[in-house]
Amino acid sequence: MAATPPPQRIWWNEPIERVELVWIMIAFLWGLFMFGFMISWHFIGRQNLSKEAYRIQPSAYEEKVDNFAKKYQVREEQGIPVVRPQPGSEVYLLARLWQWWPILELEKGVSYRIHLSTLDWMHGFSMQPTNINISVYPGLEHIISLTPTQSGEFGIVCNEFCGIGHHTMTGKIYVVDKKQVDAGQRIAEGR
Amino acid sequence: MTAETVIGAVAPRAEFRTCQYTGLRVDAAAQALIKANAVAAVIFLAIGGLMGLLVALTRWPAVHLLPADWFYLVLTGHGANVLLFWIIFFEIAVLYFASAILLNCRLATPKLAWVGFVLMVVGALATNVAVLQGDSSVMFTSYPPMQAKPHFYLGIILFAVGALIGCGIFFATLVIAKEERTYEGSIPLVTFGAMTAAIIAVFTIASGAIILIPTWLWSLGLISDIDPLMYKVVWWAMGHSSQQINVSAHVSLWYLIAALLVGAKPLSEKVSRTAFFMYILFLQLASAHHLLAEPGLDASWKIVNTSYMMYLAVLGSMVHGLTVPGAIEAAQRRNGYNRGVFEWLRKAPWGHPAFAGMFLSLIFFGFIGGISGVVLGTEQLNVLMHNTIYVPGHFHGTVVAGTTLAFMAATYLVLPLIFQREIIWPKLARIQPYLFGIGAAGISLFMMGAGTLGVARRHWDITFSDANLSFAYSAGAFLMMGLNGIFAIIAALGGVLFVLVVVGTVLFGEKIKGGHKLTFPLFSGGGSVASHYGSEGTIKLPGTIVLITIFFVCFALYYFINWKYLSELWLFR
Repeated sequence: MAATPPPQRIWWNEPIERVELVWIMIAFLWGLFMFGFMISWHFIGRQNLSKEAYRIQPSAYEEKVDNFAKKYQVREEQGIPVVRPQPGSEVYLLARLWQWWPILELEKGVSYRIHLSTLDWMHGFSMQPTNINISVYPGLEHIISLTPTQSGEFGIVCNEFCGIGHHTMTGKIYVVDKKQVDAGQRIAEGR
Repeated sequence: MTAETVIGAVAPRAEFRTCQYTGLRVDAAAQALIKANAVAAVIFLAIGGLMGLLVALTRWPAVHLLPADWFYLVLTGHGANVLLFWIIFFEIAVLYFASAILLNCRLATPKLAWVGFVLMVVGALATNVAVLQGDSSVMFTSYPPMQAKPHFYLGIILFAVGALIGCGIFFATLVIAKEERTYEGSIPLVTFGAMTAAIIAVFTIASGAIILIPTWLWSLGLISDIDPLMYKVVWWAMGHSSQQINVSAHVSLWYLIAALLVGAKPLSEKVSRTAFFMYILFLQLASAHHLLAEPGLDASWKIVNTSYMMYLAVLGSMVHGLTVPGAIEAAQRRNGYNRGVFEWLRKAPWGHPAFAGMFLSLIFFGFIGGISGVVLGTEQLNVLMHNTIYVPGHFHGTVVAGTTLAFMAATYLVLPLIFQREIIWPKLARIQPYLFGIGAAGISLFMMGAGTLGVARRHWDITFSDANLSFAYSAGAFLMMGLNGIFAIIAALGGVLFVLVVVGTVLFGEKIKGGHKLTFPLFSGGGSVASHYGSEGTIKLPGTIVLITIFFVCFALYYFINWKYLSELWLFR
């Protein structure tokens, strides 16, 4: 078809253009850097997702969360217990159609071991406006050591499609400053 | 071993015509199959695109068009129709073109190819019926334990079997072409790229079968339980890797369009082919992109997989990002547009919809889809955007502004060359890629913006008006979703124009006879460039160097901005 016979060279024996070689080196080194940066963030960064997880029956998890909520409940909001666990303790959060249960009240600057699991379908833990997004599975209890660095009121949205009520699935986390907690306790204890 | 023993076919009795514009021999059976697959593709694009517009209008808070049940139904249908059916029908057409036509060869076993086509049509219809019946609104990803009707899964399985037959016919045609010596030397680059797409497709379809067949049996009640995490690992070996078929296919089309319209040859065959080869080796690891926010998976597994083994597949795409514009620059300079840094680009055939669509696809795929993909796929950064609308923002940058736009561009060549019809309404055809491209780029960017502000994907009501505990996203997020709606309308207008031009041309376009001068002409000798092996060789490329420098600076800046953002989050480990 072509006017001149096509070259018969084998493609992997061809020369490489210089501009291509330079760009390949830059792109390769950039790739290596990005690869290394993910590794190094495990040492220098303070936002790395835990892999700690256990198989659990949804009913067993529900029982744990119930006990936890009963033990630390401080008040109620919209019929949902507001739970203030001991600073640094185990905290249980349950996802189900269609709510995050219970409401948590945490203390700023304190690390908690947050347990996450669902009773039914997959859900997506999306804490806003902080924007932390984690998948939640039925039958798997995921444990994350979480330290709030801001105080205020935070919403939990579900961002894994979970049926017709998906867009009504919300939850709440309050984060209070240490001073507020102490003051609250003094009032509660009548001091 | 001859082709006959391999394929089991009788002696060839194929009919050929010779294309007056490219000089290629066109097998009549391949031509008919390309037409059928392209038509089916456009029909599913029209259905899926309409569904996409309805989704965007519902997510525009001020419009909020559909009720919740319809929204989730239409969203499921949108994913299946455009991501699977439109794209894979078109890819089968690309495979037949890149094998039979570019290699001057007859297509292997056309009858079997028709069987594959029918399977794909039946499968696509079955899944659509299941979705429209309303009890399979499980989203395209259909994560268990949420369950769809059996024919939802069965439809996708049948479709995949049909597509697998198409891949087999592609490989068989390569064997025949080699056996019958219809080409000399190595296969052309476009065919090589299509071959990588077909190889990845086989891997992808196998993964799909491994997970969807048990899931189908589960929906029939024959299997008691599907583990959700296992499902996600294997499903995404289909779901994400199938997007790499698209990448290979549309990069091949970039090279094809550049060859046909400006006579561009790859700078060096070795580099471009190695870049394609990287896709085969590493792209399959992408399943991990969907598992970065999951419990129980080790960081080392995540890092190796999500980076495609130290970003070697990203390296492949970055190489194409240089070599495609580089090949165009080199060819344009050879064509005489040699003044300054950018005369080659200014004087490129921007009025030709195939070129305009191809080049916009290249820019948007790199800048929007590519950069956001790397950021989203970074192990720790993922937590900022996982399952937010950033994710659809990213993949509308790759699959809509990238793949779909490139396929549309290629369609403007398929119409005159394969359907042999002159394009009607050339003025509309000329603006179509710009309209669709700008719309698609807009929806990608604004969804990414809204996702950065936390907006959830697949979510009917971001005002949470029915929720027990109220919550509201920021005003900025609402603005972004409104802008997304506006650009979705622009993209939809581009989509409607595309369908009108294609359908109008196929039905009413002037039949092309010998000596006809095309409204959108090809580069003389472009057909030979596309169908032959050969490198451009040494040439200076100042314009391309400027382009990739801008790209690299954007990439690095955006990458570090996201790390800064991550470092301000609450602490977790």
